[in-house]
Amino acid sequence: MMKFEYAPAPESTAIVDIASDYDLFIDGKFVASKGGKKFETINPATEKVLSKVTQATTADVDRAVKAATEAYKKSWSKLSGAQRGKYLYRIARIMQERAREFAVLESMDNGKPIRETRDTDIPLAAAHFFYHAGWADKLDYAGLGNSPKPHGVVGQIIPWNFPLLMLAWKVAPALATGNTVVLKPAETTPLTALLFAEVCQQADLPKGVVNILTGDGSTGAAIVNHPGINKIAFTGSTEVGKLIAKSVATSKKALTLELGGKGANIIFEDAPIDETVEGIINGIYFNQGHVCCAGSRLLVQENIKDELLEKLKRRMSMIRVGDPLDKNTDLGAINSAAQLMKIRELADSGDAEGAERWSPQCNLPEKGFWFPPTFFTGVSQAHRIAREEIFGPVLSVITFRTPSEAIEKANNTPYGLSAGIWTDKGSRILWTAQQLKAGVIWANTFNKFDPASPFGGYKESGWGREGGRHGLSAYLKGDFS
Amino acid sequence: MLLTDGSESSIKSFLKTLSPVDQVGAEARAAMLATRSIKTSSKLWAIETAISMIDLTTLEGADTPGKVAALCTKAVRPDPTDNTVPHVGAVCVYNDMVKIAREHLDNNGGKEIPVAAVSTAFPSGRASLEVKKQDTEDAIANGATEIDMVIDRGAFLAGNLGKVFTEIVCIKEICGDRAHLKVILETGELVTYDNVRRASFLAMAAGADFIKTSTGKVSPAATPPVVLVMLEAVRDYFQMTGQRIGVKPAGGIRTTKDAIKQLVLVNETAGPDWLDPKLFRIGASALLNDLLMQRMKMKSGQYSGRNYVTLD
Repeated sequence: MMKFEYAPAPESTAIVDIASDYDLFIDGKFVASKGGKKFETINPATEKVLSKVTQATTADVDRAVKAATEAYKKSWSKLSGAQRGKYLYRIARIMQERAREFAVLESMDNGKPIRETRDTDIPLAAAHFFYHAGWADKLDYAGLGNSPKPHGVVGQIIPWNFPLLMLAWKVAPALATGNTVVLKPAETTPLTALLFAEVCQQADLPKGVVNILTGDGSTGAAIVNHPGINKIAFTGSTEVGKLIAKSVATSKKALTLELGGKGANIIFEDAPIDETVEGIINGIYFNQGHVCCAGSRLLVQENIKDELLEKLKRRMSMIRVGDPLDKNTDLGAINSAAQLMKIRELADSGDAEGAERWSPQCNLPEKGFWFPPTFFTGVSQAHRIAREEIFGPVLSVITFRTPSEAIEKANNTPYGLSAGIWTDKGSRILWTAQQLKAGVIWANTFNKFDPASPFGGYKESGWGREGGRHGLSAYLKGDFS
Repeated sequence: MLLTDGSESSIKSFLKTLSPVDQVGAEARAAMLATRSIKTSSKLWAIETAISMIDLTTLEGADTPGKVAALCTKAVRPDPTDNTVPHVGAVCVYNDMVKIAREHLDNNGGKEIPVAAVSTAFPSGRASLEVKKQDTEDAIANGATEIDMVIDRGAFLAGNLGKVFTEIVCIKEICGDRAHLKVILETGELVTYDNVRRASFLAMAAGADFIKTSTGKVSPAATPPVVLVMLEAVRDYFQMTGQRIGVKPAGGIRTTKDAIKQLVLVNETAGPDWLDPKLFRIGASALLNDLLMQRMKMKSGQYSGRNYVTLD
């Protein structure tokens, strides 16, 4: 029994208005599917059904692409950059005004804590629109050629881990550069995308510029294979990314992929230890570890391992797991039963292969999908938990003796999305960052995002960059490499 | 465990073994903990706990016996309309008011409330060691059972760590088992978190029973990241030595919200063991009335006017 129990502090759900079911958002309106069935979307923290959304069919994709093509030809490409920017600013402001509504809805549909949707997802999503609104009339000066041209209609497929934020990462640069969009949110987290469709209406965005189709992988495949789409942007698993790359290879479609990762968080002996512990927590337990750039491999210098792990255990025992809508919750629900099974399967492989599992005592709710914050010690590079992306709150602890050994182990992965460096020496940060094959490298921090900073991976973590000036090039024609 | 033999070189090499503090990370952690939402029963618990942790303070040149007597009355019964409100942790005054405070507390049902005296040429600390010793001796002789001494920040910043250490050791010797020693770091003058961490360990190794942020005369004072760093220091010192040292933030904590944030910092950094007036105090004056008003609001459901809480 703790002395200082925090009484429940639940965020009210009164602000959200969830319809019993949703149609597809095509050509500026919600329209019924041609032959598509409806499927349920649930709250993973309670397993209660939130609503029903539509499984978009190939015919629906075709309708959406037609609407996007018409919009591109008739309205969107006729506007000046400044006029496009005006719409983006408007969308950004409406998102800020409705931030609490988005935050609550995202937490309900995804299972992530309200503290994270409130303080990270939604503010960053709005920031992406603000940032790209500013670029819309300055593309000539972006160093991407004289009057760079958009692709036309782009197809975008986004994951369930940061539903609205990933939408913003995709839609904002696409619109700023003059493209029109057909977007599919993830099967388990469609609701904030549908609320975003309302925001597009509220902002008077010309019809057909943004089309939102809910559905599963088959809807995604129909988007990828549609001949009317000139560019595909995908964020998700490396497995699906490879399939998309194969499909697109025989077409003229441009492609950017933001895929999996197995980020190394490298802790040198002179690291500021308390802040490092916070960084480790933020690296792997932020968003239940459902983060492609998570610091899921902890590479710690052997001579400080015991001290660091002792501090880490102490800190992990303070992590508050439970109701995502409680303002004091640190770790929410796993997004789906399928994802929970995958995490369990990989964690069990850690036990089977001889690694040692540790989790703090925590009372997990009975209903819903939960996994406690966990780390494994005694992990070798050959273990599955050191190589495969778990996409859950599971950390693999690996030791190293010298800086070059740290680099070798960090780079010894098919992925190359993110890495972290913790040291008090500036020169060592620069040296290490130069050796690491990762698209994003954080020094003495982790999981910090900014729309001005390009994000993307090496190797099997993907192609292309999102965000910043570099991210604009993905939505403009030409070879900017 | 002996961490240092007190020589300049051994203090320096001990402090060099400490992990550095990353400013951005420490501030981010403190900011995150400030988002904790403390409601209903936990808020009431926090308010009453905070009241019991207050070192109710008056440190003005204009202090008079009458003012100190009024403060003492308030310390014993913070809310005259409700005797379920706990008394404060201590009364903190200048040396010449110690006797007055002690007598007034004793005569008004506050025998168990200690009197803390600010000592060693408070607030600047710019006096000879002899004067500082005399200052402390005088306070204890008049009935102070807690001594809030200041460190020589000039010596610390100049790297004369031995001097800072020796002064604390000398004052601790005078205190003996007669008085608890709180060592004021004046973090607003030490500026960096690395300095705060080093000064915290130096003070603890020299014999501090408490480490205290500030005199209240320098701004910034008890900012959440500074308190975070000091709480980490006492937690780590406990790991090293098995000895629990207290922490006292002072200066700038004026509202119930501020105080609750401090308790959250304690709870999630040093841990629940420190949620005790023996190990955590808040140096404040105006804070008490805000806590009382918030408590009344929680009990009655409505806010009372300022005149429903007493002036000090």
